[in-house]
Amino acid sequence: MTKSGVTGKGIKGTLHGWLYLLPAMIFLGAFMVYPLIDVFVYSFEEGYNSASQSYFGVGSYNYGYVLRDRYFLQAIANTLILVIITVPVSTGLSLLISLALSSVKFLQKLFRTVFFLPYVTNTLAVGLVFMILFQKTEYTDGLVNLIIESFGWNAVDFISGPYWAKMLVLCVYVIWIVMPFKILILTSALASVNPVYYKAAKIDGTSPLRTFTKITLPMISPMIFYLVITGFIGAFKAYSDVVAIFGTNLNAAGMNTIVGYVYDMLYGDGGGYPSYASSAAIILFAIVLTITVVNLIVSRRKAYN
Amino acid sequence: MYRHMSRTAIGTGTSVRKHAVRTIMYIFLGIWAVIVLFPFYWMILTSFKSYASYMGEHLPKFYCSDPTFRNYVDAFTQVPLAKYFINTVVFTALTTALMLMVIVFAAYAFARLDFKGKNIMFVAFLALMMIPNELVIITNFVTITDMNLRNTFTGLILPSVTSVFYIYLLKENFEQVPDELYYAAKIDGTSDLRYLFKVLVPICRPTVITVIILKVIECWNSYVWPRLITDDPNYFLVSNGIQEIRENGFGRENIPAMMAAVVVVSIPLVILFLVFRNRIMEGISREGTKG
Repeated sequence: MTKSGVTGKGIKGTLHGWLYLLPAMIFLGAFMVYPLIDVFVYSFEEGYNSASQSYFGVGSYNYGYVLRDRYFLQAIANTLILVIITVPVSTGLSLLISLALSSVKFLQKLFRTVFFLPYVTNTLAVGLVFMILFQKTEYTDGLVNLIIESFGWNAVDFISGPYWAKMLVLCVYVIWIVMPFKILILTSALASVNPVYYKAAKIDGTSPLRTFTKITLPMISPMIFYLVITGFIGAFKAYSDVVAIFGTNLNAAGMNTIVGYVYDMLYGDGGGYPSYASSAAIILFAIVLTITVVNLIVSRRKAYN
Repeated sequence: MYRHMSRTAIGTGTSVRKHAVRTIMYIFLGIWAVIVLFPFYWMILTSFKSYASYMGEHLPKFYCSDPTFRNYVDAFTQVPLAKYFINTVVFTALTTALMLMVIVFAAYAFARLDFKGKNIMFVAFLALMMIPNELVIITNFVTITDMNLRNTFTGLILPSVTSVFYIYLLKENFEQVPDELYYAAKIDGTSDLRYLFKVLVPICRPTVITVIILKVIECWNSYVWPRLITDDPNYFLVSNGIQEIRENGFGRENIPAMMAAVVVVSIPLVILFLVFRNRIMEGISREGTKG
C-alpha cells in the first residue's frame, strides 16, 4: 500500500489510477451498487407495474403480501428443512471423510481428485441422473427402489410422490453437491496442523481420541465454523439443485425454495412482480444475515474458551 | 495424521489392529468414492443403451450388452444440443475475455499505482464481495429487459463481467512482483500499459490461468441468469438447454437420449478438471480461505 509509484500522487497520477479502475467501477456500479439500492426501492413501491413503470404508493404492503402468500410460506418451510438436514450432515460427513483421507497415504491423491469431481459438474445435468435413479415410472421402479425392495420394503415414488420422499432425494443431492468443497477445505485445514503437536502427543502417550479432541479439533475449528456459516448461506440460497430434480414448476411440485419463489415472482408463468420478488429477496437476506451473525457470535465465544 | 494416532494406540506393535484400522479407512473412502462416481457411471452406461432395451429393463442392468451411438446422434439431431453447446462456448469465451481485461486493469491500479482515494476504493470493492447475487439479480433483470437486451449475448454477458474476488486474487499476486522491475521499466521509458501486459501478466501467469479456469467453470454451469434472460432457444446455454430437453425434447421418456445429452454437457468440464485439477483445487481452497 505504501509503494509510491513513479507516477506519484499528482493530479495526473490520480487520474491515471482512476482510469485503470474505471471499467470495473462502471460494471460494479451498474450491476451491483445500483441494483442493491434499487431492490429496496422496489420492495416498498406498492402496485408496481413493470409495463407502465408506475406505482400507486410507498409502504410495506409487498412484505405483507409475500408473508401471507402460501407459496412463500411453503418455500420458507422447505428451505428451513433443507438447511437443518443438509448443513449438519454434510459438515459431519465431510469431517469424517477428511480425517480418513488424511490418515492414508496410498491412493490419497486419487481419492482427493475423485471426491472433488462433483464440484465441476453441471448441477442441472447431473440432477437429471439423480432423478432417474430415484424415479419410479410405469416401466421401472428405478434403481434406488429396487434396492429398497430387495430389503422387503415398498417402493416409493421419490420424484412426484410423498413430501418426505421428495425432500429426501433433494437432501441427498444437495449433500452430494456440497461435499467436495467441504472435504477440500477440511483436508487442507488438517494438513496445515503442525505435526509437532502430534509428535508431542505421541511421546506423552496420548490416546487417539484425546489427540483428536484436544489438538485436531481446536486447530481446525475455525475452518469448521467457516464451513457451517457458508453452508447455512449456501443452503438458504438453494435453487438450481431443486430445479435439477423437480423441474422448473416448483410450486406445483410443492418443493419451491425462497430463491425459487423470488425468481418465479420475477419471471415465468406467475412472474412480472419485481416488487414482490424484491420483498421476498430482502426477507431471505434478513434471515441469512441473522443466522450468520448468531453463528459468528457462537463461534467467537467457542474460540475464546 | 490419523496414522499418528493409530500408531500411538498400538504402541508396542499389534500390527493386526493397525491393519484393521487402515482397512476400515479404505473401505470408508471406497464407499464414498462409489457414491461420487456412480451417477457418472450410470449416465454413461444409460447413454449407450438403446431406447428399446432401456424400456425393456424392468430391472436396470449394470452393463450394456448392445452398446449404441444412436442416442448421441439423436442428441445432436433431434434437439438443438449443438446450438446450446456452441452458445455456451461463445458465452464462456466472451465473458472470460472481457472479465480478464476489466480485472487486470483494476488489480493493477490497486497493486501498483498510487492515487488519491485508492484505499477507500479498495475497501469499498471488498465490501461488494459480501453482496449476494440474489439481491441484485432482480434489478439487473429489469435493467436488461428495459434495454431490450433479452435474448442477446450482450444481455447474458454484461452482469458477469466483473468479479471482485478475482480482482483481489490478482492484486495480491501483482504485489508480490518486486518493485525494482517496475522502476527499471520506468527508467527504460516503458509505459504502465506496456509494463502491465509485457511484464506483470506474464510473470503472474499461474494466477491468471487459475482465474480463467475458475471463471470458465462458473460460466459453463451458470443457470439462473440465462434462464431469466432468455426464452428463445436460439440463445439457450447448456444448463437451461438441458432443462428444456428434459421438459420438451425427445418426446416421452427417452431417458437414454437425455443421458447422452447430459454426458456431452458434462465432458468438457470433467476434462478441464482432470487436466488442471491441482490448480483448480488450490484456487477453490483459496477462495474458501480468502488468501
